[in-house]
Amino acid sequence: MRTTRRTFLQASTATAATALLPSALHAQADAPARRPIPSTREEIPIVGLGTWITFNVGNDPALRDECARVMAAFFESGGRMIDSSPMYGSSQPVIGYGLQKLGRPSALFSAEKVWTSSGAAGPPQIEQSRRFWGVPKFDLVQVHNLLAWKAHLQTLFQMKATGTVRYVGITTSEGRRHDLVEQIMRNEPIDFVQLSYNVADREAEARLLPLASERGIAVIVNRPFRQGALTQRLQGKSLPEWAAELGVSSWAQLMLKFILSHPAVTVAIPATTRVDHVRENLSAAAGPMPDPAMRERISAHVKAL
Amino acid sequence: MSEWWTYRAGDFLLFSPRVYWRMFESHNAALWPLHVLTLAAGLTIILLIAWRPGTWARWLTLILAILWIFVGWSFLWQRYATINWAAAYVAPAFVVEGVLLLVASSLNGLAFDRRGPAGWIGYLILAFALVGQPLLAPLQGRGWASSEVFGIAPDPTAIATTGVLLLARGRLLPVLLPIPVLWCLLSGITLRTMGEPQAWAPYAALALAAAGWIWTIIRQRRSSSPA
Repeated sequence: MRTTRRTFLQASTATAATALLPSALHAQADAPARRPIPSTREEIPIVGLGTWITFNVGNDPALRDECARVMAAFFESGGRMIDSSPMYGSSQPVIGYGLQKLGRPSALFSAEKVWTSSGAAGPPQIEQSRRFWGVPKFDLVQVHNLLAWKAHLQTLFQMKATGTVRYVGITTSEGRRHDLVEQIMRNEPIDFVQLSYNVADREAEARLLPLASERGIAVIVNRPFRQGALTQRLQGKSLPEWAAELGVSSWAQLMLKFILSHPAVTVAIPATTRVDHVRENLSAAAGPMPDPAMRERISAHVKAL
Repeated sequence: MSEWWTYRAGDFLLFSPRVYWRMFESHNAALWPLHVLTLAAGLTIILLIAWRPGTWARWLTLILAILWIFVGWSFLWQRYATINWAAAYVAPAFVVEGVLLLVASSLNGLAFDRRGPAGWIGYLILAFALVGQPLLAPLQGRGWASSEVFGIAPDPTAIATTGVLLLARGRLLPVLLPIPVLWCLLSGITLRTMGEPQAWAPYAALALAAAGWIWTIIRQRRSSSPA
């Protein structure tokens, strides 16, 4: 499915409507837009928080506090979804530390993964992850990079049936195994798919994003800045004048708006260690979004630099 | 792992350079002033090899054995494994190297009487591990706090061991060499993936050691071949 002006308008209607709700007018002026999770219509803010590398700080107390400050700014700015994995080193206990320090914010939408080649090792790993986070249950558990996906999906569907997890998903990154992802999206009743998508890596637009819309599967976008490579490449370069139309003040915001304006995308999860960056990311979820022509312009411009 | 050819070294790097170097700062702060003792142990190893290689061979092997086990436990297991789960699998390898050195010590299986170019390269590598490696942190603007010190951090310990083994002879050498060499390779890859210029250090130590060993092998073959 190509992003037409019609589909763009449909997707951005909810965005605009939410941003313009009359309640708490001052706060809402900067509040991130929300999108519904197709399987339940529950709405979540369209920018979340990734933790790959950034939250893997071990037992360093100063860096743990820094992560907690990022989480505090994230929740203050209206964020909800935090995503992690057992693969991410100490990220899970660091999230747990931050949640504890922040008084366990009720806004949290916890997104975790199961990452083990053994189906039998899945449930104990999920339980260990839950203890690290210190949450009663996860909102979402995804099969990380499709590792032992059949066994884990079976476990997760059972957990969903018994109410110990609310949503089930799968993940991939950097365009890997899209054929298998597509097959699972077609045949399994998953709620979420997580994949890489950004101004430079647009492979998902061909099949996976349209399929997600068709099948009612929420999409989480990882590596929105190619793990920082895109923002580094653009450092020191001036934003084009036309970017002002979108109310952006940084390349990161412009690239996030490109992602978030795709109608099939539910949440993007940029990772950061900086409070100003997390605020900047959340603010990209508010205000005007690019139309299809502008999206092409953004992508072409960034690729050309 | 499917589509393994699409993965790069960077895909396995779980932490940032900042976190990596702060880990050394924390480790150094926690163990100070043990560094004085481990550096003294390193200096003792050099002096013993230079002046009393026969008498004290088993003791200097014992010192290395203790340091390998200590670094494996205190750095890799206790600290590095918190940011890199793979370190939990590498830590036992350090203990294995320590045990192998203990065996070499108990059997008095190494003789430190190699001289000539290979021996001088061994001294050079040892000197770098003890003096040069700790200087890399301040030279790169990170300050002394994150210095890597022999007997405290894995790189100088492994590099020094390759130097010591270059100065040694004995049947146990083939089993003592692989772990220090593999660690130097692994560390070099990690540092290079992080974009750290000092990745050259473990690579250079290995290249020098390889040159020393090749020279020794060639010389042995020439001297054993019939005239």
